[in-house]
Amino acid sequence: MINWFKFASPASFYPLAGKLWPWFAALATAFCAAGLWISFFVAPTDFQQGEGYRIIFIHVPASWMSMFIYCVMAFWAAIGITFNTRLSGMMSAALAPTGALFAFLSLWTGALWGKPMWGAWWVWDARLTSELILFFLYLGYIALTSAIDDPRRADKAGAIVALVGVVNVPIIYFSVKWWNTLHQGASVSLTKAPSMATTMLWGMLLMALAFWMYSIAMSLYRVRAIILEREHHAGWVAELPEMQR
Amino acid sequence: MNWGSASEFFAMGGYGLYVWGSFGVTFAALLVEALLTRKRLADTRRLLRRELAADREALTEHASRRP
Repeated sequence: MINWFKFASPASFYPLAGKLWPWFAALATAFCAAGLWISFFVAPTDFQQGEGYRIIFIHVPASWMSMFIYCVMAFWAAIGITFNTRLSGMMSAALAPTGALFAFLSLWTGALWGKPMWGAWWVWDARLTSELILFFLYLGYIALTSAIDDPRRADKAGAIVALVGVVNVPIIYFSVKWWNTLHQGASVSLTKAPSMATTMLWGMLLMALAFWMYSIAMSLYRVRAIILEREHHAGWVAELPEMQR
Repeated sequence: MNWGSASEFFAMGGYGLYVWGSFGVTFAALLVEALLTRKRLADTRRLLRRELAADREALTEHASRRP
């Protein structure tokens, strides 16, 4: 059995993250290459939206990631509050910028899709508004945690934002069902057959996998910087090979 | 294959601005994030190396002053 608590210590997670991130980066590149190929060269032209629909291949994966990363942040927040582990707060902090970026990209690509199809860059529809709130929750988390000098207290305050804010994720997801929105309903669901061509679905899933692997690689990379920033007085940091000259 | 020529590909059936605006900004943003994060780790390491070197210097100086 793996002793998970061993990896909960920053001293052993720092080298582990260093070994892992290149693999996830390589997977992200491979999935991205395959996903882009399908997005532009395999998936057929849409009969209603022409070539404009191709925005879906990044819009949907970016939106999924923005919601998923927030859930992972909330998970680490819960672990941090329950077990008082230092690494949990560092993981949340490492995920927040990437999540914020995906929330922004979801809104950005949505605007670029909305303009030609709806005739508006933005509408105050339930789906768009709740995604905007998610973006602000990320920014709020980042602003709050960076405003508090003591990292442990910053983690605790951030954990509250992450845990309270996570109720917004199902609101985003179900907004298209609960309210009468201009935004279309879910294209993919677990209960019924997807309402799109198989090659389109594959392109979207591959791009989603690419963004997922990217997010893992990026958060592992960023958490190493956070670990060093916070543990700089620890003995193990001074003994790291990259600290010798 | 959907495209007869490169210019057809870049035109995206008249949606070029929207499609390339989405893909371009997305990949530019991911690249910038990766570069900024790499810089953050490199800067932290440089700062820590300098701190450690200063500590070692102070220690040896202190040791050499002892009678």
